[in-house]
Amino acid sequence: MANLIGARIERKEDKKFLTGKGRYTADINLANQTYAYFVRSPHARAKITKLDHSKAMKAPGVIDIFTGDCVVKDKIGGLICGWKIVSQDGKDMKCPPHPVLAKDSVNFVGDHVAVVVAETLEQAKNAAELVNVSYKLQKAVTRTEEATKFENIHEGIDNNLSFDFLLGDKGKTEEAFSKADKIVKLDLVNNRLIPNAMEPRAAIGDYNTSSDELTLYTASQNPHLDRLIMSAFNAVHPEHKFRIVAPDVGGGFGSKINVYAEDVVVAYASKKIGRPVKWVAERSESFMSDNHGRDHVTHAELAMTNDGKITGLKVDTIANLGAYSLVLAAVTPTYLYAPLVLGIYDIPVACCTVKGVYTNTAPTDAYRGAGRPEATYVIERIVTQAAKEMGMDQAEFRKKNFIKKFPHQQCLVHNIDSGDYDAHLDKAIELADYKNFENRRSQSAKKGKLRGIGFSTYFEACGVAPSAVVMSIGAGVGLWESAEIRFNPTGNVSVFTGTHSHGQSHETTFAQIVGDKLGVAIENIDIVHGDTDKGPFGMGTYGSRSLTVGGTAIVKACDKIIAKGKKVAAKMLEGKPEDIDFKGGEFILKNSNKKKTIGEIAFACYLPGTFGDVKSPLPEGVEPGLIETSFFDPSNFSFPSGTHICEVEVDEETGETKLVKYTVVDDFGTVINPLVVEGQVHGGVAQGVGQALYENAHYDESGQLTSASYMDYTMPRADNFPQITLDYTCTPATSNPIGAKGCGEAGTIAAPAAVMNAVIDAVGSDVSMPATAEKVWKVLKKNGSKKAAA
Amino acid sequence: MAVINIEINGKKISKEVPDNILLSDFLRERLTLTGTHVGCDTSQCGACVVHLNGNSVKSCTTLVADCDGAKITTIEGLASNGKMHPVQEAFKKHHGLQCGFCTPGMVMSAVDLLEKKKNPSEQEIRDWLEGNICRCTGYQGIVAAVKDAASKM
Repeated sequence: MANLIGARIERKEDKKFLTGKGRYTADINLANQTYAYFVRSPHARAKITKLDHSKAMKAPGVIDIFTGDCVVKDKIGGLICGWKIVSQDGKDMKCPPHPVLAKDSVNFVGDHVAVVVAETLEQAKNAAELVNVSYKLQKAVTRTEEATKFENIHEGIDNNLSFDFLLGDKGKTEEAFSKADKIVKLDLVNNRLIPNAMEPRAAIGDYNTSSDELTLYTASQNPHLDRLIMSAFNAVHPEHKFRIVAPDVGGGFGSKINVYAEDVVVAYASKKIGRPVKWVAERSESFMSDNHGRDHVTHAELAMTNDGKITGLKVDTIANLGAYSLVLAAVTPTYLYAPLVLGIYDIPVACCTVKGVYTNTAPTDAYRGAGRPEATYVIERIVTQAAKEMGMDQAEFRKKNFIKKFPHQQCLVHNIDSGDYDAHLDKAIELADYKNFENRRSQSAKKGKLRGIGFSTYFEACGVAPSAVVMSIGAGVGLWESAEIRFNPTGNVSVFTGTHSHGQSHETTFAQIVGDKLGVAIENIDIVHGDTDKGPFGMGTYGSRSLTVGGTAIVKACDKIIAKGKKVAAKMLEGKPEDIDFKGGEFILKNSNKKKTIGEIAFACYLPGTFGDVKSPLPEGVEPGLIETSFFDPSNFSFPSGTHICEVEVDEETGETKLVKYTVVDDFGTVINPLVVEGQVHGGVAQGVGQALYENAHYDESGQLTSASYMDYTMPRADNFPQITLDYTCTPATSNPIGAKGCGEAGTIAAPAAVMNAVIDAVGSDVSMPATAEKVWKVLKKNGSKKAAA
Repeated sequence: MAVINIEINGKKISKEVPDNILLSDFLRERLTLTGTHVGCDTSQCGACVVHLNGNSVKSCTTLVADCDGAKITTIEGLASNGKMHPVQEAFKKHHGLQCGFCTPGMVMSAVDLLEKKKNPSEQEIRDWLEGNICRCTGYQGIVAAVKDAASKM
């Protein structure tokens, strides 16, 4: 069983998914189930003047209709911001009320107004059309840069400004800029994205009228947190009588972190009617009401010496929070963003301001990478621009400014424990055949294509997160993780983790860790997650934390199992616990051939006595059973890094950009399963490429979402990609015993900058994301391209 | 209402169905064949792909009433005698799936391609799968799986 760490093992979870046996929330149907359909606002901003559902109540099959008045009457709390930010003037951020069903006003297209519960979905939908809502329309604001100049959309929130955040030393930064030989300036837009997990959100509330237990089945990345929020803040049901089950979850990418209005409402409605209530999002509802991501407008400046040494960085960003502030809405563009704008460069002084603004758009929150793709986009674009303006090779410019010694305390927040940035850049340059790029550029030119190359040398802070640190800066919870190892009497093992896989392969990789530690075959290890009634409280999966934090909790629980096993083995082998070695699943008495397998020890722990052939008295003071729990709180974030090199060909006639070569070298520290890590990187890169070339959530002037289907929101597809070349370097993390740094978001963090640097290199001037054919064609035409003008 | 006779995964059934019921809803809600997924409402994502008389179709835009006399294979009917189809095996080997939601449609599309074309090129595979969206894998494992399965079919 040894050497499971680093082994390329096929996934345990695959067979069920491949044979149609996956069980997602929408696949669950309960006896006596009813169906919910939501009445949503068709307007971006309006006052509700009247809501009349008398006609709808009489429609066939309707059981009940719930409105904003009902939730107020029943004291159901609103949705919360879970991590509050303090502005630079010392004042708390401002959060508007966010009722689960709007009572007086609506603030984005898709805002929840009422829910119809009926015997069938069709009946619920038909009745919803009869709910008569009168609106008094108001002017809406959707554009990030216009928000602070617009009239207040929420009472008491002046200039629509939630917070004005500052990180860094403004005075010292200004001083560095006043002494700079050269200053590079850049204006950037980070486009709004819609996460688009392929499984639309779904929720089923199931209230047991006999036991007073409430069960909510929901597509969630963090069922325990959902339960905590819905008990403590939404007051749906007491935590000890409330079970949340997130069965197979079909992708999340951050969009399934939040407790959504639909979760609260179906749970509440089930209690009200005493029957299960099921809701499944249509894709258009997902587009409208899932949290969106990114949406920044940024001005950045880099100060340098004449020989290309960076001496300071200034970044000013406006981040669009949308209509309300969701759970991680405020931390995403602040603490997950601002410290990261430094990239992997040794920058002595910097400051970053972020204005969080409200607009009449869907609320934004964490989307794969959460803040770090935005930060990487700023630093990697401006560094590339700087190298160009200095006339220096972009790889050399980067190397000249890389952090070289570790641990390294950055000038803003992070203390980076380990890394070797030259190593992954050098390896990537070699793999990408950088030295022959100009030849390839000439060859492309012969075909009438403009070829460009782009670099992105990224890092990220993940493995979230040390509880004391995050709580001191506003987090509403600590970010430790739990694990419980239950040895069963027959020797197989159930492992309970507070993380939850929504595609990350935990059933395989966590089994590898336990198998390696305890010497049990991975077939005999079951990873259990996604059910608050089964394992201990856990924080869930996001921020590339599952392995570094959740995996470490598992390792520590395994260590406790081994420690207890040694005591039991010592008794059975007639030695002392300190003379017992544990290796490959066997407890061995030193200097003897006496040993017991871990299965025998587990059996003994459950049969602590002597009867016939069974001779397993436990040592004095040792409790029966073999179950151990561990909670791990990391001492620091982890800091993966790497180099992406992208080459594109732009068709001068059409403006179409084609990705032709893509190389990645990552330093993720210890890798548990390369097959799984490759998948994470490939998928991450694809999402980053999607942001750079295709995806854009667009609202028109009146606040209508004009990209609310796959016909209008361009998802990356199989024919958009070449083979991605992938390799690794390794400097183990020092903040966890596995040495792992996290890999789930890296691709999405690095790729947008790599792709856009390549597009800009090809085109010869700035292009904003997404670099669609139309946009690039217009830039080429403006630049005087005769072909583009044709 | 219409009475339809169809064969699903080798089993003949006869049912009275509403004229407007979609094949995807029929499979999921009436036959509890929930392996066929619905990921969008515009026939764009491909999670609902099944085989209708040997051709891959999007079941979310197929009316059951139009399927009278048809043979339908869903993801649940692809393995035979407990042995996974070579395409299913190859998806496992090459990590062609993560969250698993697009997987049934993706596999059914890929099987149709390989039944129609013996050894497709990488570009042909990518072009064929253009109607199936995967958000997790970046398609690299999927394309590798289809290539590998082609050599085994």
